[in-house]
Amino acid sequence: MSSNQLTDSGQLRHFLTIEGLKQPLLTEIMDRAEQFSGITNRQVKKVPLLRGKTIFNLFFENSTRTRTTFELAAKRLSADVINLNINTSATSKGESLLDTLHNLEAMHSDMFVVRHSQSGAAEFIAQHVAPHVSVINAGDGCHAHPTQAMLDMFTIRRHKQHFPDLRVAIVGDILHSRVARSQIQALSTLGVGEIRVIGPKTILPADTQTLGVHVYHDMAAGLEGVDVVIMLRLQHERMQGALLPSAREYYDCFGLTDEKLKLAKPDAIVMHPGPINRGVEIASTVADGPQSVILEQVTHGIAIRMAVMSMTLGAQSEQQEVQA
Amino acid sequence: MTIPSTQADVQALLNNMAAEIRLCLGDRQPLLIGIHTGGVWVAEQLAILLGTDFFDASLGTLNIAYYRDDFTRIGMHPQVSPSDLPFAVDDRHLLLVDDVLHSGRTIRAALNEIFDYGRPASVTLAVLVERNGRELPIQADIIGQSINLTKDQQIKLSNDDGLKLELKTMGATK
Repeated sequence: MSSNQLTDSGQLRHFLTIEGLKQPLLTEIMDRAEQFSGITNRQVKKVPLLRGKTIFNLFFENSTRTRTTFELAAKRLSADVINLNINTSATSKGESLLDTLHNLEAMHSDMFVVRHSQSGAAEFIAQHVAPHVSVINAGDGCHAHPTQAMLDMFTIRRHKQHFPDLRVAIVGDILHSRVARSQIQALSTLGVGEIRVIGPKTILPADTQTLGVHVYHDMAAGLEGVDVVIMLRLQHERMQGALLPSAREYYDCFGLTDEKLKLAKPDAIVMHPGPINRGVEIASTVADGPQSVILEQVTHGIAIRMAVMSMTLGAQSEQQEVQA
Repeated sequence: MTIPSTQADVQALLNNMAAEIRLCLGDRQPLLIGIHTGGVWVAEQLAILLGTDFFDASLGTLNIAYYRDDFTRIGMHPQVSPSDLPFAVDDRHLLLVDDVLHSGRTIRAALNEIFDYGRPASVTLAVLVERNGRELPIQADIIGQSINLTKDQQIKLSNDDGLKLELKTMGATK
């Protein structure tokens, strides 16, 4: 749990993890995203809310979807955005992470959006930034990916409304997935009726029971009667660790095909954080089928990131006014 | 000065405003836009008084929260319904409605937002109450009533079973 992502008055100052956040705050993020989503239908697809703010996208790890939607969200709010691909810049010349940060602060930045392969990187940065800077975690190691979880909750709410009535299944590599971890925290905070995780024993964490989820090693049993199926990407690098025999065998057991999807409720939706591996964890006919909301998730990512950016920078403004 | 406060007072102001709007915009197929929250209430009443055929589309609403000039000072406002303009504003005559015109900052924000939807032919501003204290060169075209108030006085529109105006003195006990 992060100790410093809220202001004294309980507002979001950084957005590092879902863990520890209360249900009304998660609902507020979704409500604000709902309000921002209408901006896309205008002739001028932006509002001047964050005009004059400078946001740095610090991606220490590759990403296309997440970085682009963060960039678009910032631009729709009229902020200035700088994208830094850190692999190819200062750190490769031997500069330390904190030195890089302090240099960016010296450029009067207001926000860092951080993606890093080390768990806890965003939290570490939040602890060391100047007080006027907000940090948003865009994925850290196997730890958390809170904006992805919130855009997923937003997508579920658009289709299903009432969380307590729902059964949600998350399928795949839960052990290495920051997305799954954040999703499970968000789903349980929002009071989802039943959360199931489905996967082979080797890629389910040993402590799944303590997460408050039901564990299934059989896809057919796990999908029975669910309202939402969330597929996770099978990360090829896991195969090398001998956790899984082969992509083919994984697909046979845990790939989502039309036949397996029939076991879920007829109006179940299929989600995936992307990038999808067709024929590895999901069949093309399902990914492109009528129950798939995978591309909607991408669109919703923009509104959710607009909500989180405006809320964190708004809380910063308020805090500075109180201290002034 | 007497402050129009009862439901009947407010209704009389609305009747006068509706008559004036008919004169100004009667031949222009105007579109109606209310500013959240009080301006929407006033616009709804004007729409009833002017009849269903007067305006060319249903009421548009503006939430100027993202266009305010005090975000860097006070952060996000509490949530209100998002803007919803169910029509294209390009080359149209707009009637923009608010409850109270005071500093002019809300109208500045509303005009900026409208121009992000397109380029209207004209914007006419109608307000139920116009008071002193302008901070920007913005004036209303159609005014229910002009009132002079002191700096610590505030006039507020409420809507419980009909529109009423209430005069409040800041710092005073109720």
